[in-house]
Amino acid sequence: MKPILALFLRDVRLSLRSGGGFGLSVGFFVLVAVLLPLGIGRDLVLLETLAPGLIWLAAALAALLSLDHLFQADLEDGSLDQFFFAGEPMELLILSKIAAHWVTTGLPLAIAAPLLALLLNLDPLHWPALLVSLLLGTPALSLIGAATAALTSGLRRGGLLLSLLALPLFVPTLIFGAAAANRGLGAPELLVCAGISLVALVLAPLAAHAALRLHVS
Amino acid sequence: MTLNLRNITCARGDTVLCRGLNMKAARGEVVLVRGPNGSGKTSLLRLIAGLLRPAEGDVQWSSEDADPLSLMTHYLGHLDALKPALTVRETLEFWKDLLGGRDVQDAIEAWHLDALADLPCGILSAGQRRRVALARLDLAPRPLWLLDEPTGPLDDAGVALVENAVRRHCREGGIAIIATHRSLGLGETQAVDLSAKGQSQ
Repeated sequence: MKPILALFLRDVRLSLRSGGGFGLSVGFFVLVAVLLPLGIGRDLVLLETLAPGLIWLAAALAALLSLDHLFQADLEDGSLDQFFFAGEPMELLILSKIAAHWVTTGLPLAIAAPLLALLLNLDPLHWPALLVSLLLGTPALSLIGAATAALTSGLRRGGLLLSLLALPLFVPTLIFGAAAANRGLGAPELLVCAGISLVALVLAPLAAHAALRLHVS
Repeated sequence: MTLNLRNITCARGDTVLCRGLNMKAARGEVVLVRGPNGSGKTSLLRLIAGLLRPAEGDVQWSSEDADPLSLMTHYLGHLDALKPALTVRETLEFWKDLLGGRDVQDAIEAWHLDALADLPCGILSAGQRRRVALARLDLAPRPLWLLDEPTGPLDDAGVALVENAVRRHCREGGIAIIATHRSLGLGETQAVDLSAKGQSQ
């Protein structure tokens, strides 16, 4: 277990220190939500209707920002080779990297969401459902995004390709996440969000490992 | 404890880098892998490490312990695997936890990194970065060392450190396989020459 924890802590530390992950994603998320009301105008009813969907869309785009160097940095500087000698299953090491990604992007986004809900005139009654839907759904974004990032990590400037591949895969999470935030805490869509995350939890590390294996060999 | 390569064919794409290569290394032996640029030295080391699969033949590892080869191997590629944002000490602590090992202070002293220990790896010179990467060898005791041009950017003092480390490693019963262009003062060694074995298809 020690190598897995060590890798998680290293990735969190790198993300906090380099600013490229953590600060960038949250900053982007907040900026989108601040700019949206300016673009849409003063129609408070319209804003409230759109709020859950817009916040979810902003979260999906923000998660993408830090995904493209999730594996690429390790692949380019040779760190990835070293992971093969840790004596732990690669899938678990990959999972710990994904967990670090979620803790530094998904989690802060979920925590910042009520603040953005305020800017978009979302009724405070909906805030708990929005928060829970993001907590349950953003792991799926990190997981699915990571499997895609593993595939594009050998490419120079793979970021755009990553967006093209990952965004369509985000669609189910986005639909059910936004719907759950609209309908409140008892919504069955919350369970679907959790379900998508759980399926991704099992499949994404396997897919990411297979993709990385191609780049290393 | 022996490493046995039998009838190895290594291919990258359509290019065959070596064909029918046999090699045997036992406790305390050093094998130098030689050959011009592009002759497949790195590929051969990655193949032994298990990062590449041979097109033909197999790599056999037998030892008293039942541990798999990946837990017995230090692979030092031409990339140093350093993160610019982490300090030397943090990097070594991470490797210690990742690869298993002993006190990082010993490794810091052994590779003369004392003055650099709290600097971020991003500002180190190429030779200093290589010494940090080499310090990994002292962190976790592993019997098989695969070193790819370990002395590349090092100064004479650094080269001497590598030679001493390899000598000590072999005295303690380890195996070292080193791809290099330099003549290292390691005494009697086996050599594998890849220059004649390659052929294109």
